[in-house]
Amino acid sequence: MSASAPARHDGPPADYLSESTVKSWLLTVDHKRIGILYLISVTTFFFVGGVIAGLMRLELMTPRGDVLGSADTYNRMFTMHGVIMIFFFLVPAIPAVLGNFLLPIMIGARDLAFPKINLMSWYVYMIGGLMGVYILLHGGIDTGWTFYTPFSSMYSNTQVVTAALAVFITGFSSILTGLNFVVTVHTMRAPGMTWFRMPLFVWSHYATALIMVLGTPVLAISVVLVGLERFFGVGVFDPKLGGDPILFQHLFWFYSHPAVYIMVLPGFAVVSEIIPCFARRPIFGYRFVAFASVAIAIFGFLVWGHHMFVSGQSMYAGAVFSILSFLVAIPSAIKVFNWTATLYKGSIKFDTPMLYALGFMGLFTIGGLTGLMLASLAIDVHVHDTYFIVAHFHYIMVGGTVMAYLGGIHFWWPKMTGRMYSDLWGKLSALLVFVGFNLTFFPQFLLGYLGMPRRYFEYRPEFQVLNVMSTAGATVLAVGMVVPVIYLLLSLRGPKNAGPNPWNATGLEWQIESPPTTHNFHEPVLVTCEPYLYSPEEAEREYAHAQHDHVA
Amino acid sequence: MSELHQSSEAHEQSHHVIAVKTYVMIYWVLMALLLATVLASDMPLGGAHLLVAMTIALIKAILIVLFFMHVYYSAPLTWVTAVGSFLWVGLLLGFLLSDYFTRGWLHILGK
Ligand SMILES: [Cu+2]
Repeated sequence: MSASAPARHDGPPADYLSESTVKSWLLTVDHKRIGILYLISVTTFFFVGGVIAGLMRLELMTPRGDVLGSADTYNRMFTMHGVIMIFFFLVPAIPAVLGNFLLPIMIGARDLAFPKINLMSWYVYMIGGLMGVYILLHGGIDTGWTFYTPFSSMYSNTQVVTAALAVFITGFSSILTGLNFVVTVHTMRAPGMTWFRMPLFVWSHYATALIMVLGTPVLAISVVLVGLERFFGVGVFDPKLGGDPILFQHLFWFYSHPAVYIMVLPGFAVVSEIIPCFARRPIFGYRFVAFASVAIAIFGFLVWGHHMFVSGQSMYAGAVFSILSFLVAIPSAIKVFNWTATLYKGSIKFDTPMLYALGFMGLFTIGGLTGLMLASLAIDVHVHDTYFIVAHFHYIMVGGTVMAYLGGIHFWWPKMTGRMYSDLWGKLSALLVFVGFNLTFFPQFLLGYLGMPRRYFEYRPEFQVLNVMSTAGATVLAVGMVVPVIYLLLSLRGPKNAGPNPWNATGLEWQIESPPTTHNFHEPVLVTCEPYLYSPEEAEREYAHAQHDHVA
Repeated sequence: MSELHQSSEAHEQSHHVIAVKTYVMIYWVLMALLLATVLASDMPLGGAHLLVAMTIALIKAILIVLFFMHVYYSAPLTWVTAVGSFLWVGLLLGFLLSDYFTRGWLHILGK
């Protein structure tokens, strides 16, 4: 403490990483440090969930159950994989890491509106997470991450109540983050930072935060009801007592469909920053992209019944939900088309973050279009509960969110740490992730279409070839996930060589030091221009100049 | 008393102070509506019982939100938040009921 005190008076203020005591980390209210705490936590859970996925893929190498021993173990595996990946990784991943770190800087603020609540959200998340670890070590849970009644409320003899409580608690960390973002965007913008000068990263996170605040309480209610049902048999989901098991699905999906957008809107946020930077062009149709985020947040709440086409929901409600699900594709398509239009006539550079962003565009599009197939009633009846569904949502969750997360980490790593990483290894692992991902999940579309049901640990022998392909792909994917951890951590041993703006990007975060100082800015921020003022002509000239130098 | 006055002035921008008289008045209106609920339950309304009880409950809820929760005197953004929240509960209930009310319209088992 005393060592850093003089530095504040004499030289430039110390960067946010300079204090290194455990206490300074655990009691920090600096949004950047909380972002780093989240980075470590969610990445750890990602690898735990990944190991479980690896075990499942190993089991599915052969048609017979041989690796995990029993179907029961397999049920627990896929449930834990889902619970960990959804609630402890995908939902907090981008907002709580990159959002926490960048959102205040991007709007010219010193911190979020409620720094202490921000720290509290991490602790709440950790309590939920530790309960998740407890469940994992004490037999797990076998209901699937969806906790469907009546199995969860009456029959399952696993850790359902503990899991419900863990999800309930973790939900609050999400609500707190959402609340913080909404208030921050409304009240903390720097002078001149009008709504339409905000980077699209902020717009997307604002939309995400709205969903977090509006949807998560309903998830909390539904899991509490499952707990009450188990303990006291209150009968909300029990037809014998006048309840309805399908009511649970309504409540659950009222949150969990919008939760898909909690997971993927932040992905849009990251991609909307990366694409203009590496195409050297202003984003095409800024307002359309911004409003599309909000439209997705709102319309995302009107489609949840598409998860219930074959589970006893009325046909009329099914038809309405089907049509509305088609409509929600429009704002998503607006985004993809506008990114594509941004690339047109751009001066494109294929750095590591850009590779991930381009991968995101392709894979998310496949995931979205297969979503439309599933939103049509007739096709859904055919492929419901098959591997087609599994492939579809992994194209959104891994092909979308995880790709965007990795792209974002690679884009802002120099900002967060002050250090560059090996570009060669970066590109190589991006390629591994892309190839491994497609090899893992494309065969699952075929498997599902051929009729292989999901959530079984044994299958008919004719499905084996495609399953072996999928497992092989998972191995490649795993390597592609581990390599970045190695070279990113190795980069921390090097000097702070990134400089404030290694990508020559626009945006307030690139005008301050890397890593930023504790208070982000040295003087009051005044914003006078739109975001994304890139010039392809200038990039062209620089490129020609560099070529000329090489020739000469 | 003077301390109360000071703090009310300090918060004038964010918290409008509601007169005790208003609170008492709203309280009696709520009590009257409570009485109405009880009386309505004994009236021969047939199938409209639920509708009447729910309408009265809705009016009570609105009064509480507007006055006891100070929304009536708050900034427009607070209004948007309050109305939005109820709209969202409405969405949940509306779509839920659209399922429950249309079950069995088609004479197919389970639809
Ligand atoms: Cu959905």
